[in-house]
Formats: sequence, C-alpha cells, structure tokens
Amino acid sequence: MATLRFTKDHEWIRVDGGIGTVGITDHAQGQLGDVVFVELPEAGRKAAAGEAVAVVESVKAASDVFTPVSGEVVEVNGELTGQPALVNEDAEGEAWFFKIKIANEAELAGMMDRTAYDAFIKESH
Amino acid sequence: MPSGARRKPYGTKDLMSADPGSGLLQRTPLYDLHVALGAKMVPFAGYAMPVNYALGILKEHLHTRASAGLFDVSHMGQAFLVGPDHATTAAALEALIPADILNLALGKQRYSQLLNDNGGIIDDLMVTRSVSASDDGRLFLVVNASRKDVDYAHIASRLPAGVELEPMPERALIALQGPAAKDVMARLSDVAAGLGFMSASGGRVGGFDCHISRSGYTGEDGFEISVAAGKATDLAKLLLAQDGVQPIGLGARDSLRLEAGLCLYGHDIDETTSPIEAALEWSIQKRRRTGGGFPGARRIQDELANGPRRRRVGIKPDGRAPAREGTEIVALLGDRLGIITSGGFGPSVNGPVAMGYVPAGRAAPGTSVNLMVRGKALSAAVSALPFVPHRYTRKQVSDPPGLTP
Repeated sequence: MATLRFTKDHEWIRVDGGIGTVGITDHAQGQLGDVVFVELPEAGRKAAAGEAVAVVESVKAASDVFTPVSGEVVEVNGELTGQPALVNEDAEGEAWFFKIKIANEAELAGMMDRTAYDAFIKESH
Repeated sequence: MPSGARRKPYGTKDLMSADPGSGLLQRTPLYDLHVALGAKMVPFAGYAMPVNYALGILKEHLHTRASAGLFDVSHMGQAFLVGPDHATTAAALEALIPADILNLALGKQRYSQLLNDNGGIIDDLMVTRSVSASDDGRLFLVVNASRKDVDYAHIASRLPAGVELEPMPERALIALQGPAAKDVMARLSDVAAGLGFMSASGGRVGGFDCHISRSGYTGEDGFEISVAAGKATDLAKLLLAQDGVQPIGLGARDSLRLEAGLCLYGHDIDETTSPIEAALEWSIQKRRRTGGGFPGARRIQDELANGPRRRRVGIKPDGRAPAREGTEIVALLGDRLGIITSGGFGPSVNGPVAMGYVPAGRAAPGTSVNLMVRGKALSAAVSALPFVPHRYTRKQVSDPPGLTP
C-alpha cells in the first residue's frame, strides 16, 4: 500500500514500490493562486533531498518545488506544461509533478502524515 | 532544508508571518469591508490591502476587462494645492513638474511627474483643475501611497508664499474600472457619464457627495471617486450591489496596468529614470518642452532632441515562462542590455508580458533579446505598448494627447 507524506515546504510524496510521486499540496495551490506556468525537471536528473527541481508560477509569483527525497527523476507530468491550471484543480491527484526513484527511504521518516500536516497548516495560520 | 532565493508564496515562512492585521500597518476606511468580502490582506506601502478576493487574481483581472471592477485606492495620497488664482497655483506646480498646467482647462486632468533636479522621477501623479470657476486656484493632486510623505515634504519645501499644500487624509478613493463602469455610474450619478476621459467634476453618486474623475490605471474606461472616509464603505457597498461589479484586489490591479503599459512607481520609474527614458514624453506638452522651467529641464530637453540613452519598452517572452522584475535582458550574443522592471502573466494576453529598459538603439518593436530566467536564456522580443489596447472614452476634442506611449 502506498504511503503518503508531507513536507513543511508543502510538497506531498506518495511512495509505492520504491518510487515517490511528488506534487504540491492543495493548501499550497490555494495560497499560490492561479497557476499559469510549470517548469519540470528532465527525466534522469539526479537530485538530493531539498533540492529545487521544479518551478510553479502563479499570476503573483514564482516558487520552487523541492524534492522531498534524494534519488533519480524517472518520469514527469507533461500534462502540466500545457495545462498549468490543473494544479489548482487537482493538486494532490492528477497534478503530480514528477516521479522519483528513491535512493534512501529513511529520508521519509522525518515527514508528516496527513493528520500532522493538517495540524501544521492550521498552526501556521 | 535548503531554500531557494525565490520566495515560496504558499509557504509558512513569509506570507503568513507578515501579519497584515498588525498595528504597524495602516488601514483604509474600507478595511473591514475587505475582510468581510473574504479578501486576502497583504502589506503594501505601509497599508493592509486586499491582494485578491474569493475570485482570485486571474478571474478578477478578466472580470474587470469584461464588466466592472471596484478597487480600493484609498491608500493613495489626495491633496489640494491652493493659491489665490489659477495662474499662481499653476506656476507653482509647473516649477515642480513638466506638464502644462497653466493651459489645463477647467475640470480637466493631466498625468505628470514630480521631478528632481536631475530630471529623475520623484513620483508620478494626477493633477486636476477644479471644474468650477468660482473654485479656481485649487489643483487636486493624487500621488502614490509609497511616496506621499516624500512628495508632500518636497512640494511644501518648494512652494512660493501664498500657495499651500493641503493633504486630505480624511478622503477615501474608490476606482470603478471596466466597460460596464459607465452604465453603473450613469444609474447612480447625474454627472459621471457626461465626463470625457481625463475630466473631473464634483457630483453625487447614489446620494453621496463625491469628486469624480474619468480616469484609471487599467487601460479600461472607468472612474475614480473621492469620497469622505466616513461614507466610503456605504458607497462601496452601493457600487458592489450593482449588476456586473466585483471587488478587485491589488494583484489584478498590477496585471491590468502591466498589460496597459502603465508605469508602477518604484519599479518602472524612480529617481534615476527620466520621463523620456520612461517613454512618458507624451505627458510633456509643447509649451513646456520648449520653455523648460521645470527641474531637470536641461537633461529632458537634451533627451527630447537627441534621444535618451535607454528606453522603457514592452518585452514579450516567446514561450510561456513569465520573466519577473529583476530579470536580466541580454543581447543574442550575451551582452547585458538592461533589466525587467515589471513582469508576469497577462491574463487577457493569456501569456507572459513584461516591461523593462534597453539601450535606445535596441528599443524598436520586434528587436530580439534574451531573458535570463533561472540561469537559462529565454527568447523574447521588444514589443509595442500597450499589450492590450486602451479603451478610454474620449468625449471632447480638447482631451490631452493620447496615453499611448
């Protein structure tokens, strides 16, 4: 069964069979507003946890998307390039950004589950 | 966790910690109404202001171009310059700005710039001559929120005896912009719909005593309505109750003015840029060009005759990536040309739009340039401004020359 985790930078990662699917949270898209541009990494890119690998831009501003875990990007969601507004419509579902082959699953240990993330965003309001 | 140089507007670190309700920020008379309307409040020029409402920036922008948007611009500075007669007051102001105010007709308005002695722009402003001859000798000024303290001190320090500056902090300012604005105002006001672009008059709007001008900052037809602070919320509610009117925040105000090619002080113009570099020479009438007599006249007359070193231009990225303020503009061979001063996504253009400064020799529309975005050179072209055609309502032939740079 897939494990879902969240970062303090408002990314989510769904882990299944050593592959993490990463996107930004519904809370993040709400704060960002209308998404008008998404820049995705190249498949094959190797990145360390916390590295900025994608960019999401709203009318307001540009934001980095960090990879929550170290590993190699194996697939990106090309749909977002043509339809950036998908991030507003389904941030935690169809609007995933990239899939990464996880180098070290131990990095997931420090991340929040859904309950902890909900409490985190409530607290920071 | 490393964090990039770019801010995360959805992160907890910045946006949410900048508490817009803190006592350090001033509030406009419409603050409670913004909160009740569900606005996201942010700090802007020392005020807690709505950046957007429930619709969001994109829809607010498109709504304004399709119908009518209500903007709270009460943070801007409103003041009267008061002298014994028009000639005296106009001469006092003409010593500070390059516009022809002496020949401004009753009830007409002009856009101009307060200049420093090097011809740099201290602020840009609107100047209106009273519509009534009995009230002549008074000029109504509207200046930027971020500059009003600087402006007021500067103006006051340079006035001759007998002419005084009277700031009006007790006034609110509400803009109603968009193609439906005239119908809304025609229903509520006896004088508004009769005003041509860049004209103004006292008058009642829905029973409230107001000063109404036909002007704005969106490129659309529209009005700016000055009203006593105590009446502002009731007037705003009345306007919002009209068909087709939605509240619009600063986010859409910025994208609307960018598409319209209009300058934002502190970004596209500042104390180092001259009006000619900023492509604002249309706002300097012939008598002033030849006669001078304003701060920095020598530089400005030289730039009018020989061309400025650099020019403000539109920049249209070829791809979908927005180029934000601060982005470097480089030549195809890599030499640095200048910098983007305003940039983002234009909802009506449905693509990225920007403005910036390039050497005068590279300012022709169609000139190819590169923009350095996240370390990559993205192709772009110099573009004519505005990106979206202005739709002002010009009623009278005596209107000032076009606002198209």
